[in-house]
Amino acid sequence: MLEDIHLSVAPGEAVALVGPSGCGKSTLLNLAAGLLDPWEGKVHNSFTRSTMMFQQPRLLPWKRTLDNIALGLKARGENAPRRHATARRLALEMGLADEDLDKYPSALSGGMQSRAALARVFAVEPDLLLLDEAFAALDIGLKSELYGLLARQRAAHGCAVLMITHDLMEALRLADRILVMAGSPGRIVASHAIDEPAARRSEDWVFAHTARFIREPGIRAAFGLPPC
Amino acid sequence: MRPARPAQRLLRHATGALGATGNYLWSGWGSIASIGLFLAAWDMTAGHLGELILPRPLEALARLQQLLADGQAWPEIAVTARRALAGFALSVGIGSLLGLLAGLSVTASMTARPLVTLLVGMPPIAWLILALLWFGAGDGTPVFTVFIACFPIIFVGAMQGTRSLDGQLRELARAFRLPPWMRLTDVILPHVVSYLFPAWISALGMSWKIVVMAELLSTEDGIGAALAVSRSHLDTAASMAWIVALVGSLLAIEYLLLEPVKRRVESWREFASSSS
Repeated sequence: MLEDIHLSVAPGEAVALVGPSGCGKSTLLNLAAGLLDPWEGKVHNSFTRSTMMFQQPRLLPWKRTLDNIALGLKARGENAPRRHATARRLALEMGLADEDLDKYPSALSGGMQSRAALARVFAVEPDLLLLDEAFAALDIGLKSELYGLLARQRAAHGCAVLMITHDLMEALRLADRILVMAGSPGRIVASHAIDEPAARRSEDWVFAHTARFIREPGIRAAFGLPPC
Repeated sequence: MRPARPAQRLLRHATGALGATGNYLWSGWGSIASIGLFLAAWDMTAGHLGELILPRPLEALARLQQLLADGQAWPEIAVTARRALAGFALSVGIGSLLGLLAGLSVTASMTARPLVTLLVGMPPIAWLILALLWFGAGDGTPVFTVFIACFPIIFVGAMQGTRSLDGQLRELARAFRLPPWMRLTDVILPHVVSYLFPAWISALGMSWKIVVMAELLSTEDGIGAALAVSRSHLDTAASMAWIVALVGSLLAIEYLLLEPVKRRVESWREFASSSS
């Protein structure tokens, strides 16, 4: 399904994989996460605390929000008072209210569930964060707020990010390097480094560069758009 | 602000628990009303048919009270309850464990399915005959018959619970590197319990019916044996009294023990439905 792919992510670097549906982005990400084993080839992971955020919040319905956020810490063997303190601090940073933490996930709105999922990911202080279209189903206001929260966490802890997305604007806003994939067999057809630091990219910068990016012949071919 | 928080939380939990108990008790009124209707229908039918065929409810209750008062009923009820609960406990233990394990593997659940169909299809009376040959008269026969009749229900519940576990949650468990014991206690068991509990409850009802049948044919004591005696004396009132004792003890166990435990274990479901 995938062919001749060499992909490496440096510590602290943010890499975005963009490409049409079915080109094997998710497969590649699942390989990196260790959720799939490759038939051929090798996955070498020297990150010690990689974790993943999915498109759906995937909170455990039988756990209160606070325990959901602390899930990764519990898996690591931290005791309850410590992991709850960390989870509570992060939840408040992510914009959850104190009384939300006692609720079950089904009592939270979709936006609050996404915030909880983001807090759960940051709780383990990952050195590699895998994002599987994590922001695809959110409204633009919430999206931009979560982008901000992600940027702040990255600035504080310097974790690497490998994200897949359909959304070129999202890639241009968050990534240091964009890899374009094409399908059947899945392969990387273009690589595009962004020199502008993520913190300095304004809305206008993102709009302008997305417009320019989408006109490049390699990108158009990968997505099956007619040449312009 | 901070020191007040645990107290507040405690208060909130306490009012929540009180509210749940209140709701539970209040929901009992509906059941009491429908039992009242049933008794009225019984009484009317008894009036039409005559007391030799069907005694009136009050008469059956009076007879039961008399049996309880002269100390005749309690030992029989205790013997029957002991047998039913022993068989039930065996099938809960073995059925839940094997069902859980079978659900973890596709091969095992495919192998188990026709066997379970076979077990479900086998009439309890056939097991009873086999048990009589194997265990003779005594506790072994009713306990085994109850066990073998309840086992497939619980096994299937546990197996379906594990099989239907969301693949997304399994991925989550791997992505967050949950150790095996946490996968079990934090992901698999809470989900499986929501399938197991209904299976346990229907198996309990089943055990109460089967034990009486087994006693009727195989033992000298217990409610089933008492029913056989009252039948041979053509004593319909006593027969009805024993039936009321049987059904009453089953209802008591189900509503006073299992239902509150179920509500406790599945509180997250309750909150989910009340908030959406």
